[in-house]
Amino acid sequence: MITKGTRILVIDDEIEIRRLLKVALSGHGFDVKGAATGRDGLDDIIAFKPELVILDLGLPDLNGLEVLKNLREWSGVPVIILSVKGQENDKIFALDAGADDYVTKPFGMGELLARIRAALRHAAGTEDEPVLVFDDLTIDLARRYVTVNSREIRITPTEYELLKILALNAGKVLTHRHLIRAVWKMTYEYDTHSLRVYIGQLRRKIESDPSYPRHIITEPGVGYRLL
Amino acid sequence: MIYEKKTDWYTTSSNLNGQKRGRMTVFLGVSAGAGKTYAMLDAARERLAEGVDVVVGWVDTYGRMETEALLKGLPALARRRLVYRDKEFEEIDLNAILDRRPALVLVGNLAHNNIPGSRHTHRYQDVEELLAAGVNVYTTINIQHIETLNDIVTRITGVAVKETVPDKFLESAFQIQLVDIPPEELIQRLKDGKVYVPGQDEEALRRFYRPGNINALRELALRYTAKRVGHTLETYMEDHRIEGPWPTGDRIMVCVSPSPFSAQLIRMAKRTAEGMKAEWLAVYVETPRRFPPNEAERDLLARNLQLAVDLGAETITLTGNDIAGELLELAKKRNVSQILIGKSLHTAFWEWTRSSVADNLTHRSSGVGIYVIPNKPKPEKQKKLHFPTLRIPLINYLLPLMTMALVTILAGLVYPYVGLANVAMLLILPILFSAVKWGTGPAVAAAVVCSLTFDYFYIPPVLGFIPADLPYLLSLVVFIIVALLTGTLSGRLQQQVISSRQRETRMAALYSLSRDIAAVSEINPAMEIVARRISETTDSQVAVLLLDQSGKLELRAGASSQDFLNDSELAAAEWSFENGEIAGRGTETLSSAVGLYVPLRTEQYSQGVLGIKLESKEQRLQLEQRRLLEAFANLTSLLVTRIKLAELARESHLVAESERLRTALFDSLSHDLRTPLASIIGAVTSLLEGEGFFSPEASYDLLQTIKQGALRMNRFVGNLLDMAELESGLIRLNKDWCDIREIIGVAVRDMKDLLRDRPLRVKVSPDLPLVKVDFVVLEQVLVNLLDNAIKYSDTGSEICISASYDNKQVKITVTDNGQGIPTGDLDHVFDKFYRLKSPRQVSGTGLGLAICKGLIETHEGSIWASNNPSGGLDVSFILPLGEAVPNNPSCIYGEENNDH
Repeated sequence: MITKGTRILVIDDEIEIRRLLKVALSGHGFDVKGAATGRDGLDDIIAFKPELVILDLGLPDLNGLEVLKNLREWSGVPVIILSVKGQENDKIFALDAGADDYVTKPFGMGELLARIRAALRHAAGTEDEPVLVFDDLTIDLARRYVTVNSREIRITPTEYELLKILALNAGKVLTHRHLIRAVWKMTYEYDTHSLRVYIGQLRRKIESDPSYPRHIITEPGVGYRLL
Repeated sequence: MIYEKKTDWYTTSSNLNGQKRGRMTVFLGVSAGAGKTYAMLDAARERLAEGVDVVVGWVDTYGRMETEALLKGLPALARRRLVYRDKEFEEIDLNAILDRRPALVLVGNLAHNNIPGSRHTHRYQDVEELLAAGVNVYTTINIQHIETLNDIVTRITGVAVKETVPDKFLESAFQIQLVDIPPEELIQRLKDGKVYVPGQDEEALRRFYRPGNINALRELALRYTAKRVGHTLETYMEDHRIEGPWPTGDRIMVCVSPSPFSAQLIRMAKRTAEGMKAEWLAVYVETPRRFPPNEAERDLLARNLQLAVDLGAETITLTGNDIAGELLELAKKRNVSQILIGKSLHTAFWEWTRSSVADNLTHRSSGVGIYVIPNKPKPEKQKKLHFPTLRIPLINYLLPLMTMALVTILAGLVYPYVGLANVAMLLILPILFSAVKWGTGPAVAAAVVCSLTFDYFYIPPVLGFIPADLPYLLSLVVFIIVALLTGTLSGRLQQQVISSRQRETRMAALYSLSRDIAAVSEINPAMEIVARRISETTDSQVAVLLLDQSGKLELRAGASSQDFLNDSELAAAEWSFENGEIAGRGTETLSSAVGLYVPLRTEQYSQGVLGIKLESKEQRLQLEQRRLLEAFANLTSLLVTRIKLAELARESHLVAESERLRTALFDSLSHDLRTPLASIIGAVTSLLEGEGFFSPEASYDLLQTIKQGALRMNRFVGNLLDMAELESGLIRLNKDWCDIREIIGVAVRDMKDLLRDRPLRVKVSPDLPLVKVDFVVLEQVLVNLLDNAIKYSDTGSEICISASYDNKQVKITVTDNGQGIPTGDLDHVFDKFYRLKSPRQVSGTGLGLAICKGLIETHEGSIWASNNPSGGLDVSFILPLGEAVPNNPSCIYGEENNDH
């Protein structure tokens, strides 16, 4: 799925972060370029044509969100946001504004690589297979059929919708608002209560230990992702 | 007589070269015959004995034996002879002295005017030349010859003096030696013919040498010398940079009495004390009198004593019968050098019948200066004080007359049986009764009517006045005396009853106010209470104005500007505040104001003003009311002081607390940031410098060290940020419906590295409802609690998270199996930077639990710690369930039937 030499643009004002990502990601076969400001970054997206952008939210000139909105007007390149703890609202904004994922500083390299792969995979749009497999969890989209450990589970239509939207965006974080809009068609936009209830029910059905879920992962204050 | 003690100035001076100015010692006497020349010669002989080159330039002995005897041993220079208007005169031979250049020359009678034809017109000019040439001079002068004192002396003695010496010249003297002599001795010497004053006849001399004159001159001389001593002392202190004032040990005492004149006396004492740089006492001697001082007197006395305090005196109240004795006793004890006492000028008869305290004091004092300040009574001034006047209504005169008539009729009935003497006795009764009931005036009226009735009805001829009745006037006199005595006595009694009743009312009002404000610690409610209380007690509108931050008066409680506090009223309040005196309506100051203003002040501070608008129509404030208001004002200012001091104490406590926290923060920062940094830098440099030297396992360990150190720093920084956010109040909660199970799951996931070798048990009620909380915040709390539990319990021991609920709240507890903590520390574990003094070396910031407390409190929950029975620690928090869980969308349950 990931070809060698995939171009990644890192937009971060801190030289240590740019150098770290350049060294670490180059080691994993990526072609990495750094930009120190939002304007440079936007220029580089045109010149360098990256296949993925890693964007820091706190930039000296343009706000990371502005950069994101600007580039989303003319580019669908996957964007992973770098943020710090406590910026949950910014993360939600960024995700709703078209970012694909986020990592919180300080982050482990394994975590970042997983996000990069998920974003690239999602961007490749190869997931038109009718059956999605996540270890013991299988979702047959054509037949609306869900199995855990090859055993079919009883699932309500709403639960199914929820699971389907998570599965189609596997590895990517979906905000509460996104999920509610997608599942309830905006009827219950602000009703996270129902979302929590359905997530709980789904977990009880598909997770081996609902207290420590392996598939439906909570992103505190932001949303959920399916692994 | 005062003799100069041996001084060493002389010898030092003699060693200096001739260009150095000579020093002058002046022997100052009260008058001729005081013994100046004697003293000068005596001192000169001592100098001579010391080996100093002493020469007599000019000394008049006037043929006095003792003086001449002293002069004999001293080397003298010949006098210069001059002829003026065919007469031969002798003068000081200046050139001879200058040629001779002695170390010390004696020149008597400094005030002498030289004969025309001399070099200078005045002798002091000769002396000046000698001094300029470096010759030291001993000289003599009488007090009346000092220029500025000349007038005063003339006024005292009636003798004009033409020869004077300018003060400026005398001020240049190195030393002024006072030659004092008691008046008796001086007069005796005059009688003995030992005093000779040229050009004065005997009669004039006798007029001059009177004890009064001599004493006055003595005082002048003493004061002059004292001033000079004071001046010398100041110069000395300035020269030697000694910070004054030096206690001279002198004290001035002023006797205070309940009279308006006393205030004048107190001010005078203050001026005197200032001039002398002395301490001063204001003393009042209370005597057990037959009648206690009336209200007005007590008021004046208190005012006078307060004035003394304000002016810086120490006030003392003594009790005793013998006022003069008490005063002198105290004077002796406190080293008082002067007593100021006032004395009213009375008629000769008054003086003859009784001796005043001042006279008594003067007679019995010894060694203490008594200054009696006469006072002419000023009745018009006293009138300004307002006493409640008892106006006797007309009915009070009619009633005694009616009583009189009744008794007369009664007496007429019994007269035939009891006789004239008893009738007279009977007629005294209505007089007594009237005196007690209606006062002196009606009683006197009754007495007059009574004696007339007695004469008219009972003295023959009945029903008529004849000259033969005149002896019966005696009965009239007796009746009037009875009326006056009884009336006065009962009047006094009544006055006392009234005043004690008033006192009681005042005490009750003050008591209830002080009881009300005892527990108040906030200024505004306190002022409200004060305003309300005073308003109720005095039936008035009350405003409390206090000084604000910018030093302006600000209305804090009570009436508003709509009521009466307009600009001109505020100006009156301002005046009262600035002058510390009562002002406004009913007083002598700004009496056109509507309100009355009483300053609120304690000894150190002026705090504000109490404004009162009395409802009564009376123009004048009654003394009693005024005292009550002043008592209220006193109480209020004490209250304000108390509250302000309490506030100050609180503030300083806060400052100390924040200081402690700052110190703790810096300790924590330096420790908790440097420790992980040290391990990171150490590990990194090892790896960099020992390239290829470490085995893969060792490298991995070093990298793990770096990772742990970095994570630890990350946690610490996170804690600091959380704390800062909490403290700044910037934290904004994103409350949303959350599943506690989910929060626990995420917290455990975050802590999975640290929980690796810990059995973890999670007990959650199966039907635990969703709660509306901030997910991230609550997760943070759980992470901190887990972190804490891991730190304070042994590796391998179980940690338990439990969650339960009732209809009001959710309770979550994190339990460890560690050592627990001492009971006394249970409350403190949530304090910032608080760390257990345990032998375990636990790395922590001391912030984790403090943050938990802060975060839980933002959720209106509470958190506490307790030791559990198995020995470990429970940290529990509860969160209110708050709003009801909304009904789930019905479709959820409806869907269950349409399962796939």
